[in-house]
Amino acid sequence: MITSQFQYHKASSVEDAIQKLTEIEDAKLLAGGHSLLPMMKLRFAEPPYLIDINDIPELQGIELDGDTIRIGAMTTENEIIASDILQQHCPLLVEAAKLVADPQVRNRGTIGGDIAHGDPGNDHPAVMLALDANLVIQGPDGKRNQPANGFFLGTYWNEIAEDEILVAIEVKALKDNQGFGYHKLKRKTGDYAVAGSPVVLSLDGDKCADIRIGLTNVAPMAIRATEAENILKGQVIDEALIEQAAAQVVSACEPAADLRGDEEYKSHMAAEMVRRAIQDALQRARN
Amino acid sequence: MAKHHISFNLNGKPVEALVEPRELLVHTIRENIQLTGTHIGCETSHCGVCTVDLNGKSVKSCTLLAVQADGGDVLTVEGLASAEGLHAVQQAFVEEHGLQCGFCTPAMLVRAYRFLQDNPDPSEEEIRWGMSGNLCRCTGYQNIIKAVQSAAKKLQQA
Amino acid sequence: MDNANDANNAPEAEDQLKGVGCSRKRKEDARFIQGKGNYVDDIKMPGMLFADMVRSPYAHARIKSINKEKALALPGVHAVLTADDLKPLNLHWMPTLAGDVQAVLADEKVHFQYQEVAVVVADNRYIAADAIELVEVEYEELPVLVDAHKAMDEDAPVLREDLVGKMDGAHSKRVHDNHIFNWQAGDKDATDRVFEQAEVTVKQDMYYPRVHPSPLETCGCVASFDKVNEHLTVYITSQAPHVVRTVVSMLSGIPESKVRIVSPDIGGGFGNKVGVYPGYVVSIVASIVLGVPVKWVENRMEHLSTTAFARDYHMTGEIAADSEGHIKALRVNVLADHGAFDACADPSKFPAGLMHICTGSYDVPVAHLNVDGVYTNKAPGGVAYRCSFRVTEAVYVIERTMDVLAQKLGIDKAEIRRRNFIKAEQFPYETALGWEIDSGDYHTALDKVLEACDYEGLRREQQEKREKGELMGIGLVTFTEIVGAGPTRNCDILGVGMFDSAEIRVHPTGSVIARMGTITQGQGHQTTYAQIIASELGIPSDEISIEEGDTDTAPYGLGTYGSRSTPVGGAATAVAARKIRAKAQKIAAHLLEVSEQDLEWDVDRFKVKGVPGQEKTMKEIAWAAYNDRPEGMEPGLEAVDYYDPPNFTYPFGTYLCVVDIDKYTGVTKVRRFYALDDCGTRINPMIIEGQIHGGLNEGFAVAMGQELPFDEQGNILGNTLMDYFIPTFVETPTWETDYTVTPSPHHPIGAKGVAESPHVGSIPTFTSAIVDAFSHLGTTHLDMPHNAYRLWKHIRELDLDKRS
Repeated sequence: MITSQFQYHKASSVEDAIQKLTEIEDAKLLAGGHSLLPMMKLRFAEPPYLIDINDIPELQGIELDGDTIRIGAMTTENEIIASDILQQHCPLLVEAAKLVADPQVRNRGTIGGDIAHGDPGNDHPAVMLALDANLVIQGPDGKRNQPANGFFLGTYWNEIAEDEILVAIEVKALKDNQGFGYHKLKRKTGDYAVAGSPVVLSLDGDKCADIRIGLTNVAPMAIRATEAENILKGQVIDEALIEQAAAQVVSACEPAADLRGDEEYKSHMAAEMVRRAIQDALQRARN
Repeated sequence: MAKHHISFNLNGKPVEALVEPRELLVHTIRENIQLTGTHIGCETSHCGVCTVDLNGKSVKSCTLLAVQADGGDVLTVEGLASAEGLHAVQQAFVEEHGLQCGFCTPAMLVRAYRFLQDNPDPSEEEIRWGMSGNLCRCTGYQNIIKAVQSAAKKLQQA
Repeated sequence: MDNANDANNAPEAEDQLKGVGCSRKRKEDARFIQGKGNYVDDIKMPGMLFADMVRSPYAHARIKSINKEKALALPGVHAVLTADDLKPLNLHWMPTLAGDVQAVLADEKVHFQYQEVAVVVADNRYIAADAIELVEVEYEELPVLVDAHKAMDEDAPVLREDLVGKMDGAHSKRVHDNHIFNWQAGDKDATDRVFEQAEVTVKQDMYYPRVHPSPLETCGCVASFDKVNEHLTVYITSQAPHVVRTVVSMLSGIPESKVRIVSPDIGGGFGNKVGVYPGYVVSIVASIVLGVPVKWVENRMEHLSTTAFARDYHMTGEIAADSEGHIKALRVNVLADHGAFDACADPSKFPAGLMHICTGSYDVPVAHLNVDGVYTNKAPGGVAYRCSFRVTEAVYVIERTMDVLAQKLGIDKAEIRRRNFIKAEQFPYETALGWEIDSGDYHTALDKVLEACDYEGLRREQQEKREKGELMGIGLVTFTEIVGAGPTRNCDILGVGMFDSAEIRVHPTGSVIARMGTITQGQGHQTTYAQIIASELGIPSDEISIEEGDTDTAPYGLGTYGSRSTPVGGAATAVAARKIRAKAQKIAAHLLEVSEQDLEWDVDRFKVKGVPGQEKTMKEIAWAAYNDRPEGMEPGLEAVDYYDPPNFTYPFGTYLCVVDIDKYTGVTKVRRFYALDDCGTRINPMIIEGQIHGGLNEGFAVAMGQELPFDEQGNILGNTLMDYFIPTFVETPTWETDYTVTPSPHHPIGAKGVAESPHVGSIPTFTSAIVDAFSHLGTTHLDMPHNAYRLWKHIRELDLDKRS
């Protein structure tokens, strides 16, 4: 399990990395490397040039500005877990990060890499959808904002152009009337999700003012369970409504069968994760 | 492919190596510097027997390029003991019978060392989660948990 | 040990010995905790090259051509070898342990995915990895046989063209080109007659999936041929180095005296490292051809895909009983999927290993076992994964079928076992399939576990949960193993009887070096063998060095697997020590000027009976052995023993498991696992407990998640640790252990094997618990692995996941 040969460049800045992306055909960014390097070892991927973006200061850090949290794309999972800002203002990210891979991998794996890589099994994409995150993407012509909703186009396919870099993720701090839930079913530590679901819900009195339900690994990319959301929006959520929503989730899923389970199992597990996440979100929003 | 000249601290001592970009840190440590306590088990970052400490964090050295360690601080099992003797985690693994074939042990120790730095007084549940990136086929983990608990006590008393 | 005479200071002296019964800390640990273990991949020799394999992407295909040119043109590549290159040396095929042959490198055809097609030898593993990509192989795909049940269909593709028409197999007549053997034990007619007339019969089909031992260290070797001295040294991940030496000598023609096999530290074996693999053979050939050391180390995918798998048994268990649940007969049928070559690691006489221990802990009057082995397009193997030759399968089939019988009769599964146990007074007990169980006390073990776990309370709780629609299962297994192969009259490998050996030398100053024919892979031999010698010779175990694994120095032995080290190697150690003590007694008599009969042994010395103060310690005797000995006695104090055990040992246990199953996800939580083991005399309780923890965890892995599945094209699925289930700290339950002690009557110190019992015993316990959660709904059996997906499917079939 040895990769093909490649050239290596440690980028000093985002501009430096973008320049290399522009100049060198098929160059790839090396973030945490825990998805890319195994693929390269299997020679499923043979990029001729790797641009290491691990040591670029502007890609690091978690900041709170008003009600917006800016997370550098190269923030590691363990940095997310350890962040007081996130624990206080967006604990959904903390809960999701805790269930990514294992402790060592979480020291290398980054939120940006997880979002940009494009594997439907990655956990942050669905979280981004549920949080309605803004993705800050930089290219030769500067920065642009890209809503997470609409960013994921398919497996290993998203709105980042070949000469662009995801530099930061912006999410809104959760408000008092908001609650979140995160449930992920996996076979064991280190595995991808059989199915996972982050849910963010806003209450207006007893009624559900807004809800976003993300789904992990039950489609070619992270998706939202929009129809299920519509069932719940504007309603007082009760068991019967949750069941209706769960039924919608089952039909929204298009998972690929593998050793984790067949389509039926994965779709139902997605629904089950949604049920549990909604319950948690409701409870948190009420408190 | 042009080779890269890298230097880093390994167990407190400066080392240098000339490496291809694709060379994995675990191979540099094992083959180039010939410290063979760090092992290779799965090469896909699942088993954790290649775990080393890089800049104060546990990492899997089979999924890191040696060039990425350039300028860094690396700790392997060979660096755990000091002039005063074995580290408390090493002692505890012997006392609690936390190892059998020994293949996962160096990485398990390096991970336990770092875990206890980060969480000096862990519960059993926290040990299970904190050590979950290291597989063992022999022990059923139970005595490793005891060893980590015992080391935690010793380190707190020290 | 019977040292407890009236000696005043005996207990203290005994403590200092750290002998049998002491939880002595391990001697091995010092090197492992400091990164100073010496595993095969740690070995580096001057000029050493690295070998890597070109492997088949297809499960069944004809090789039309192999073009090595591009690979050979890559700088740093020294050789590319194919079957055609090995042919002149007659090394393109090799014999297997099961009497078959196996292609070292694919000869005209590939028979399973990832089969070795060519080997590349290069300066290092990086260049080798590049070079294997450059070897161009042209294949013509052939129809693939994956389903063992279709192997003997008329229109099944014929796999082994080398065997076409050869209907005399190694073990029996073959009835189909894909048939390997038929093997039977017991009395078929008598068994069938009982079934015809029985009040009650049950029958259960079960599939024991193909799994893999997958130790954390993969297989590998470093072969070094010294052309000047024509001497071959091979460092190898082998559980049986002496047998490997014999095989290597036979294959290569190099005299056995010029072959040195060294098993250095081994990073876990669990049966996987018993056989001889193509990688070893080609490394040796490459070293001979190139005249430099050659290393080969497989990666995890190669390991899971090609080196020996375990199990893959399609079994049917049937019991005939009376209406009270007393067993009248047992019938077991097996279809065994051996893959493309029969490389099953069993004693030569037993193509299905010791499967005929499948009568278990029960007094079964008559029984019949029928096993058919077939070829399929899968990797060869059939090793004993942490068990003694198919004992896991045997225990699984009887324990599962017992549960089915209990369920049919509405008798509690503890009660039905109690009714059928071989009683303590029946030992030694001759089973219907021909084994003599040496000792046991099954009722005591069962009662102890039921009480410790409040079995009745658990059943009440289960009833309450069932009423609430919750799924709780209680698993119970009362197993008996057969370990310690074995008597040479029963057991040989390639004609070499399965004895084992120990050679003990007492130095003049009274310290000891001892060497055995076994090889530790984590079991702690360096610690426990010393404890046996310490108790036998009265020399502190800390002054006893144990060495194994180097065929140049250790006496010939058959190695470590099938829990045979303590029953056979441990017995050899005790007997060799007793030979030394007998000589020491003569020397002591000489020194004390009394007759031997006037002496009595007391912990670490001989004393003159009834004369206080008249005594010689073992240390004094050792010195005298080199200086002052009786007339005519040869100097020195050492002994060798090659021990041929009179019987196997039969450890047993009672295991209880409680599970809660989430009916909405299928996820199982193991709430409790209680394991009571009886391995006879306990040499080192700390190590025993550690072995049991590990075995339970491997049992948990097998029962709950491990499998090597294949698609219809013979592609192996799940051959990385992403998919292949090795539980982490998080998934692993907490283990509770307990014991009783029923010594083996024939073993010199009464010890039985233990390390595999927890694996063998726990697997059916998990299944028993899982099935028990559904048994009130009519479920009698569920095949492993009991992962969430499969359980949810069952829950769905039973319509249990509906929310009201």
